Amino acid sequence: MILNGIVIVLMFCGLVFFTGGGIGILRFPDFYTRLHPAGKLDTLGSLLMMTSAAIFNLHDLTLSNALTSVKIMLIVVFIFLSSPTATHAIMDAGVRAGLEPWEKASLGGRDDLAT
Amino acid sequence: MHSLFLYVCLYLCFLMALSLYRGLAGPTVVDRLIGVNAIGSKTVVLLVLIGLLYERVDMFVDIALAYAMLNFIAVLGASRYFQKRKGLYEEPPYK
Repeated sequence: MILNGIVIVLMFCGLVFFTGGGIGILRFPDFYTRLHPAGKLDTLGSLLMMTSAAIFNLHDLTLSNALTSVKIMLIVVFIFLSSPTATHAIMDAGVRAGLEPWEKASLGGRDDLAT
Repeated sequence: MHSLFLYVCLYLCFLMALSLYRGLAGPTVVDRLIGVNAIGSKTVVLLVLIGLLYERVDMFVDIALAYAMLNFIAVLGASRYFQKRKGLYEEPPYK
């Protein structure tokens, strides 16, 4: 079935983005750089996986199932509004508390990749 | 398809465990906030997938929407609270 194929492809693309976000949160050296995967990749992964769930929900096409799929896409719209706002709020807290951005040791920063 | 959804749910739980490490061991409080936010955004997807597994998507979609709003409000409130240098120092690493 072509519908199942679309669902599987979208779901695996979403998992790839979620994996990148998880690894980025673990591996980046700094608080500001860690916000980059946390803010972007989680939003796009949520879009892809929720879209695949909404398409799979349309297997038997009734009115209630279609409304449920529309509701799933409305969750995606809410995530697209709320996730950048939350990321910006966290970054604002870090800036106002005076956290220093990380720099390479060759550029004169303290290179503490170990933490 | 149901076993595919089950394995995707398990893999999402594994990714949430990775984010939980950042939530436990982050050097500052805002790092912990990043980990908690990542876990919350994965939980919304996980709730919809659990709804597909139990074939009650119409019920689980409402729970997922409520969880998304709760996560957003919690992160906003915590980041406003920690703005004034409350606990924003380098902590000793988690043992």
